[in-house]
Amino acid sequence: MPRPAASSVGRPIAVTASDSTTRSALVQFLLRLGDDRLVLGHRLSEWCGHGPILEEDIALANIALDLVGQAALLLDLAGATEDAGRDGDALAYLREAIDYRNVLLVELPKGDFAFTVVRQFLFSVAAYYQLEGIARSTQTDLAGIAAKALKETRYHVRHAGEWVIKLGDGTDESHARTQSALDGLWRYTGEMFQTDAVDAALVGAGLVPDLTTVEPRWLAQVTDVIERATLTIPAAGYMQRGGRSGRHTEHLGIMLAEMQILQRSYPGAKW
Amino acid sequence: MADDHSAAPASVATTSRDGQWPLWEVFLQPPRGAPFEHAGSVHAVDAESALQNARDVYARRGEAVNIWVVPTTAITASTPEDVGPFFDPGNDKPYRHPQFYSVPRGVRVY
Repeated sequence: MPRPAASSVGRPIAVTASDSTTRSALVQFLLRLGDDRLVLGHRLSEWCGHGPILEEDIALANIALDLVGQAALLLDLAGATEDAGRDGDALAYLREAIDYRNVLLVELPKGDFAFTVVRQFLFSVAAYYQLEGIARSTQTDLAGIAAKALKETRYHVRHAGEWVIKLGDGTDESHARTQSALDGLWRYTGEMFQTDAVDAALVGAGLVPDLTTVEPRWLAQVTDVIERATLTIPAAGYMQRGGRSGRHTEHLGIMLAEMQILQRSYPGAKW
Repeated sequence: MADDHSAAPASVATTSRDGQWPLWEVFLQPPRGAPFEHAGSVHAVDAESALQNARDVYARRGEAVNIWVVPTTAITASTPEDVGPFFDPGNDKPYRHPQFYSVPRGVRVY
């Protein structure tokens, strides 16, 4: 996995609350954050060489690299916090789908370009508001990663948001495809704001922001852009979930098979 | 839902005759305040997209602190036929360069 910044493996980890419950909650939280980005980054990388125009091909690859870079930092920190001898590479390449903790939203196949940019927009806005809170975490390693990721994510929101407006408020076909992507993706958005005992343990310790404060801000910005795109927010309904506990769609296993084949075939390969 | 989404927004320029989106010239200002330099060109339907494309194509490795994008059609360029009248007369007038003046002592020569 590319290393855009110094790896945190090997450095002492200042977990403020040293009790094992908080520590294991933090590991779970870092896996959630890291896996979301690794899986979405991989999905975006599937556009490489297939973008609608050269400039957008490069833009998607840039965003993919940003996300994989964030994942590398987060998974390294997860491994160091876990302190069980696994680094970011081991977590990325040697876990099965059932051990991945990403939301289902990010693992769905890349679809058409409208699907890709709508998903990117829905995810990036949520990521932005969540990272804003995490940047103030009392866990300084995590706060540092969030501050770096926040700048990247701000651009992702801008880029994907522009496309949602252009495609939604574009031709009949681009409008129909974008609305269809939004309709198909909406039921996967609730999982981004789902909270459980992991969040409760960390929010109480001042390590991460309360996701319930992120959701209304996400909805306000998403609604604004969707309306400017002349699209319609789907009616509230059942929200899919399961990724945070390892119950994934069939798509993740197939994606991981491709992503992990080199390490699985040639364990420890370096180049 | 608005019914007029098939109408192109005012900001979207029409595609050019070659079927490509309009072309924009990209100028980057390198770090430390150096003058803007032409970096290349991108296709884009409006200024915001042109700016984003320029960032993604030419400024993703820390090359710039500032970007200009200009519609290529807004640039008036000299032609190959201009080369003679525009530039040749300068060749035999070396006195237009400042080297003929002696530099006073005490002035640092860069």
